Amino acid sequence: MGNILEVAGVEKKYPGVVANRDVSLLVREGSIHAIIGENGAGKSTLMKTLYGLIRPDAGSIKVFGQDVNLKSPQDAIALGIGMVHQHFKLADNATVLENVILGGEPSRFGFVIKYDEARKKLLEIAKTYHLDIDPDESVANLGVGERQRVEIAKVLFRGAKILILDEPTAVLVPQEVTELFENLRDLVDKGLTVLFISHKLDEVLSIADDITIMRQGTTVATKKPAETNKKELAELMVGGELPKPIAGVQNISQKSILSIKDASYSRFDGREILHHLNLELHGGEILGLAGVEGNGQSELIELIMGLLPATSGSVEVLGMDAAVSHTKDIRNAGVAYIPQDRQRDGLLMSAPLWENRILGHQFATPMAKGMWVNKTAAAEDSKRVVEEFDVRTPGVNVLASALSGGNQQKFIVGRELSGDPKLIVAAQPTRGVDVGAQAIIWDHLMKARSAGAGVLLVSADLEELFSLSDRIAVIYSGSIVSILNPLKTSPEDLGLAMTGAKSA
Amino acid sequence: MKKDRIFWGTVAPLAAVVSSLLLVSIILILRGANPINIFQVMISYGFDPRNLVSELNQTVAYYLAGVAAAIGFKMLLFNIGIDGQYRMGAFFGAVVGAAVSLPPVLHVLLIVITAMLAGGLWAAIAGYLKVRRGVSEVISNIMLNFIAAAIIAFLLGENLLGILPEGSQNVQTKPIPLSGQMPTFKMFNGEVYSFLFVAIFVGIAYWIMLNKTVFGFNLRATGLSFRAARSSGVNAPGMIFITTVLSGAIAGLVGLGTLLSDTHSYSMAFPSGFAFTGLSLALLGRNHPVGIFFAAFLWSFLERAAPVLEYEGVPPEIVIVMQGTIVLSIVIAYEVVARINLKQQQRAVGKANVELVKESK
Repeated sequence: MGNILEVAGVEKKYPGVVANRDVSLLVREGSIHAIIGENGAGKSTLMKTLYGLIRPDAGSIKVFGQDVNLKSPQDAIALGIGMVHQHFKLADNATVLENVILGGEPSRFGFVIKYDEARKKLLEIAKTYHLDIDPDESVANLGVGERQRVEIAKVLFRGAKILILDEPTAVLVPQEVTELFENLRDLVDKGLTVLFISHKLDEVLSIADDITIMRQGTTVATKKPAETNKKELAELMVGGELPKPIAGVQNISQKSILSIKDASYSRFDGREILHHLNLELHGGEILGLAGVEGNGQSELIELIMGLLPATSGSVEVLGMDAAVSHTKDIRNAGVAYIPQDRQRDGLLMSAPLWENRILGHQFATPMAKGMWVNKTAAAEDSKRVVEEFDVRTPGVNVLASALSGGNQQKFIVGRELSGDPKLIVAAQPTRGVDVGAQAIIWDHLMKARSAGAGVLLVSADLEELFSLSDRIAVIYSGSIVSILNPLKTSPEDLGLAMTGAKSA
Repeated sequence: MKKDRIFWGTVAPLAAVVSSLLLVSIILILRGANPINIFQVMISYGFDPRNLVSELNQTVAYYLAGVAAAIGFKMLLFNIGIDGQYRMGAFFGAVVGAAVSLPPVLHVLLIVITAMLAGGLWAAIAGYLKVRRGVSEVISNIMLNFIAAAIIAFLLGENLLGILPEGSQNVQTKPIPLSGQMPTFKMFNGEVYSFLFVAIFVGIAYWIMLNKTVFGFNLRATGLSFRAARSSGVNAPGMIFITTVLSGAIAGLVGLGTLLSDTHSYSMAFPSGFAFTGLSLALLGRNHPVGIFFAAFLWSFLERAAPVLEYEGVPPEIVIVMQGTIVLSIVIAYEVVARINLKQQQRAVGKANVELVKESK
């Protein structure tokens, strides 16, 4: 089969930054083509170009052998290119069918929607591609995996022949990933073509027919999974050898630094979010907390940080009762906090980096001298963080909002690991950061562990949980349902435990 | 980078003033007047020494209103209650000042503290409602302005705290004795309120508090991101409350220049409208103490020079048009500058990345 999509010499410049240069890509018809690369490698720019959201400055794009000039997503859709965004664009209060036809409703006289016809077509699509969806179910009742299938059905409904999926697995648990991959296989078997963006090398190796690697705005190589391996792909992505996380010495102390006993938390509307939860963390230990998002992780973290009081039970942090302690005192006692939503909880976006270095440390030396803010110390230590954590910035007077997400995250991790914390609460510490940055962050977490700090690692990334954790606790529906030994557990078992199934 | 900031920080307000002048010129030309001529008349009248004195005295009040508004803005609070807070401050300052007799400096100090307390406590109502009950401070403050005016009108009743001096139509509080008055000093052949120095002190204290202290850092952090401040250990709702009270306390000082150096008693003749003026000045001065000072002087200058326009056959309301267009253009100008700044920084970040890439090759 020939090439369904040919990209040659595509370039896109923003003021001072080249987002894409000399990008070439050949996608075979009926294949699954993965595109991998670090943050800022230009994957998203390329995908947006293919979907007509961005117009390139130079280069050519051929679809089905024809030169095309994509001015808008409408052009792309007309050519049979569809996109499934990472963040779903679905209306919660409408049914699956309504969502699928939204914006492209088949109608009589231009205003009477032909629901029966649409339902028939959707059911046909579902049957052809083995997509398990119910047209009349309300989207509000659907899980993440089901919502993704609706998005795929939506794109197919519009007649897409080429599907672009932007990091489709980032939000899924392992079982759902397997299902998605089966679906993708079905699609290509029926002659469609899939372009698939990912960070996760294992997945790419298992599903893709071709893998194109991007680095610094350009495509550096295209490989077949049979001819390559994880190590080579990672090195192509970062352009050199990966820094290896040090397997630190294990010296778990007897001292419990975090002790949660029978803690429950109910929201103001009476809904119980945490249910008799027990958790114990020792110094020198990394305790992974696995779970599908929304099972009480955020509330558990807020309980520990003294941001929310437990309704019943006790939360003891470094010997302090978190229910009656101020966040300020908990932080001062040596608790570092890497929040999940870095831009909203971890940064002052329109303040310079050196001020962001102070944030969370403004109540103790060296960032404060009595009632005064110590700007000199803040600026100096910001420079240290920038250097040690490879934050890409021209200086520490730059606004936090000017940095890319991965660099913001590196800065936050660097800030929180300053001053030898005793307990580190790390929520999704490497979400959305590239392999290089991930290695740096993992390395520092391991070092902190070797130095005797306890780490509560809340993560949705199973690879992260398995590579770092000494123990993995699984949270489901507000309770810890099992505590697993990562050396004796398979990712499938962990995934099963996360969905609430009782493990054997 | 710092030079850049000062440059853009100055260019924006200047651009706003210039674009406002252009717009007003068009209006003047449409009316058949010569704008250059009009501006010349305003400038020569406004810079006349006698007028400069009253402009300076007016600047004192406007400046304090501007700083009060700026403190609120730093917390994303729209303190439209400056009017009520200023009235409460001036009224209770006058009442307490007239009721006691103390040695000179202490007496003045007591009046100042009373005024700040009254303004602050009045603002605290809005602060409490916002933090505990989720009431928008704009709504509650507008109500509180009316309530303050009504309470004072009631308390100024002749058998309560008010007196009606012979030959006067205006009820007022009892006069403050000499020990509680503040002297004026000679400048431009006139009497300038020495409360000017208090205003300058407030400006400096505001800047130091905001930029150098942990308290100021927490205040700004809460204003920039409530959630990030909370996660960092700041008692964010508490900060909102304290900031509201602080803003009200400064607003309580607005009328004191006039009270301590001129009228020595509070009457219903005390002007209103300080809230809108204060908010406009804080915007124009970009919440910076020096910027607010220039803005306050510009406002006083324009208002003082307005009546002279009548002789030129131009309605003096043209000054209000000028003030309005300045405020409107400044909002746009700052937004443009903020975007330019971010673009420049992103470019710098991009460049740094490209250089890093080169190095690593």
